Amino acid sequence: MPAVVIENVHKRFGPVEVLKGVSLNVEAGQVAAIIGRSGSGKSTLLRCINGLEVCQSGRIEVAGHVLDQDPRRLRELRKDVGIVFQSYNLFPHLTVGENIMLAPRIAKGLDTADVRILAVDVLAQVGLSEKFDAYPDNLSGGQQQRVAIARSLAMQPKVMLFDEVTSALDPELTGEVLIVMEKLAKAGMTMLLVTHEMSFARNVADTTVFMHQGKIWEAGASSEIFAAPKTIELRSFLSAGTY
Amino acid sequence: MTTFGWPEFLFILRAAGWTLLLTAVAFAIGSLGGGALAIMRLSQSHFLSRAARAYILVIQSIPVLMVLFMSYYGLSLFGIELPAFFAASASLAIYVSAYLAEIWRGSIESVPFQQWEASSSLALTRTQQYRYVIIPQAIRISLPPTVGFLVQLVKNTSIVSVVGFVELSRAGQLVNNATFRPFQVFAAVATIYFLICFPLSRLSRYLEGVMHASRGH
Amino acid sequence: MRIQLQFEPVIAELDLILHGILLTIGLSAGAIILGSALAILLVGFKSLAGRWAGALVDAYVEIMRNTPFLVQLFMIFFGLPLLGFRMAGTEAALLAMTLNLAAYSTEIIRAGVDSIHKSQTEAGLSLALTRLQVFRYIVLKPAFARVWPALSSQFVLMLLASSICSFISVPELSGAAAIIEQRTFRSFETYIIVTCTYLLLALSLKALLFWLGRKFFPQTSGLARIETKGGARR
Repeated sequence: MPAVVIENVHKRFGPVEVLKGVSLNVEAGQVAAIIGRSGSGKSTLLRCINGLEVCQSGRIEVAGHVLDQDPRRLRELRKDVGIVFQSYNLFPHLTVGENIMLAPRIAKGLDTADVRILAVDVLAQVGLSEKFDAYPDNLSGGQQQRVAIARSLAMQPKVMLFDEVTSALDPELTGEVLIVMEKLAKAGMTMLLVTHEMSFARNVADTTVFMHQGKIWEAGASSEIFAAPKTIELRSFLSAGTY
Repeated sequence: MTTFGWPEFLFILRAAGWTLLLTAVAFAIGSLGGGALAIMRLSQSHFLSRAARAYILVIQSIPVLMVLFMSYYGLSLFGIELPAFFAASASLAIYVSAYLAEIWRGSIESVPFQQWEASSSLALTRTQQYRYVIIPQAIRISLPPTVGFLVQLVKNTSIVSVVGFVELSRAGQLVNNATFRPFQVFAAVATIYFLICFPLSRLSRYLEGVMHASRGH
Repeated sequence: MRIQLQFEPVIAELDLILHGILLTIGLSAGAIILGSALAILLVGFKSLAGRWAGALVDAYVEIMRNTPFLVQLFMIFFGLPLLGFRMAGTEAALLAMTLNLAAYSTEIIRAGVDSIHKSQTEAGLSLALTRLQVFRYIVLKPAFARVWPALSSQFVLMLLASSICSFISVPELSGAAAIIEQRTFRSFETYIIVTCTYLLLALSLKALLFWLGRKFFPQTSGLARIETKGGARR
């Protein structure tokens, strides 16, 4: 049973069809990278998986939850599916520790003492233990993004979604985030990442999916996709270097 | 005890007319005062600026009711007894001038400093800068809050009955005393106020939308 | 012409003035606390319930903001007893002030809530929080911090507007002034003392609210501040 099943998903924004029948399976423990030009529908697809966007037709099942509109089922799904955003979206009025501890405490109802231990642990995993009481404003972009990853990890998800998480960072800061993501991948987390970091996709992702004009244009093992692109579009995308 | 019928309603309606007139006169006189105060506030003279600032701070930190009483009883100390309408207008004008001065000063200060730089680089005097470059832009910026303040003024005319002037609210009170039908009477009064104020509020919001659109950022 | 000012008769009524001050402060504090609580409820209600809830809240706010406080006061003081509520002047005053302040505060707080970027809500929802939890833990405090200056202005205006309660013979500061004036016939002296008292009260409240803002919404926690121009009046 794959961790993520996407079946023939269509999505429109008003008159514009952004996803035109997308199907994709990701097995548990696998890392799938989604690449493509802006407007190809990659972020929209990712946001459909945790219900931030609603698809008009098709079926999505992730971590054993089927996606529908019911708020309670959606919340259960979101306990098992974590997402990290391009603009980190940390809560500015809470410290790093409070950011991480909030959801486990009030959404999962865990005990405050247990949650604190959990928070300290995930923060250590991303290498920022000393920042527990700092406010997000006082951290660099790379540090904030790592805190955002820790915040999602604290929910102990089965699947993690990454929406262009290094695109908003200065080049010298992307490294620290990618290292954390690689660690996660090696530890066996099921990950879907929309990314422009081609070398990361090539070296860390098991599968790479190339999206073009709302469809999956090519998909396969990362090593093959990058070494031998089959379609012109993917070839020109990879060679152009303009993402 | 009379019923709340047409004659009573017409009485209230006439008083509404007085409310509008009072608003207009207070606004007109207050604008002159407000403009003068704004200029004082922005002037190079420390003394003028401080004096205007103090005046504005005091008026904005006391109830309008007190502005009314202070000006009414202050004048009567000097033996000046104004007829009710003029006492009311003059007192309200004092209140209006302080608030408009602040709004207009704020509008002038909102004109981007680049406009000052550009116009002085063109060798315009300070007066010319104000007249041809700054004030025209400041007027546009000041429209939404000024119209918004007009709404406040209409509502604040409701208290001038303390100096003996019968406007809309006082008329309502009198009719209620005669008819003992507070819901009908004050609903009628409230509706008339609403019909005057609501369009002005909307106008203010519309102007603000236009302002933001044209600013372009 | 010599103007003769006699302050002694007014000073003799000091206890009336002091009681007036206490009542003014009490009414204002009550209206501020209750009105703010009501405003938060209304903003939450509008955010979380459907379109009709939002329209109802909007209607309430528009009616309160486009009619004079005095008329609202009269409606409550003269009208509610007819519905069977026994209402003393002071109770009517507190109710009217609360409802009025709640309307203005709802508008202000709603602007603050709207200014919180959608991505914060998305982040909260993605962490499996309910909409109510997102409103309470993620949106409300930063929204409050942003509009604190505008809200503070509104609170000070409410303090000043309490003077209107004298119209229904509530013995707050202005009501006390009216009584003293009737007894002593020293109109100017009475009102200059009362005016100065209001000035002191208003400036003190301003300072207190500023200090509270610094204490509860400290700069270091990275909450952006929004200064809204003007602020609504009574």
